[in-house]
Amino acid sequence: MAKTTIDKGKNTPTAPEYPITTMAVVAPIVGWLIPGGGHILLKRYVRGALLLVSVLAMFVIGLGMQGRIYKPNGGDILDILGFVGDAGAGLLYFAARIMDWGNVMAANAAADYGKTFLIVAGLLNFIAAADAHHIALGKKP
Amino acid sequence: MVFAIFASIVFGITQKDSTMEQVKYGLYCFALFVGGVFIAGWVMALIRR
Repeated sequence: MAKTTIDKGKNTPTAPEYPITTMAVVAPIVGWLIPGGGHILLKRYVRGALLLVSVLAMFVIGLGMQGRIYKPNGGDILDILGFVGDAGAGLLYFAARIMDWGNVMAANAAADYGKTFLIVAGLLNFIAAADAHHIALGKKP
Repeated sequence: MVFAIFASIVFGITQKDSTMEQVKYGLYCFALFVGGVFIAGWVMALIRR
């Protein structure tokens, strides 16, 4: 009769492995540069289109409200945070900087809302890029 | 409202897996945004009095 051995203490469940593939690196970068681009690259066309429309609309509305586009050389911590938020919009941010949009310091309530729209558009795009990364890894469908 | 719509769309897509869950969560976020606006408005109005 064969003896069966039981390994005690080594029966711990291991977390599922999600290998880092090329697409897991490329998709979030494309998703950051082009809002929704990562999802479209991963063949999630509806999600990508909705993300593109949402982020693009918020960015355009923010510019239309004369919101301010922050630059990276702001010495104030709030300016730096504003830059990080704005930069989340990827190519939209670079286009705005090149075209010199959002370079006004309008002192009205609408401009404040516009600034918020611009920053939130960037932050939402960061979330979208992270989501594209998770889809590429296989963590979500 | 515009902010709430677009933010809810993004939250719904990125936070849930299936389509139905995404739609439900997006609507839930939108309701929270709008409800929060109403509540904040009333709070500010009461403070002002």
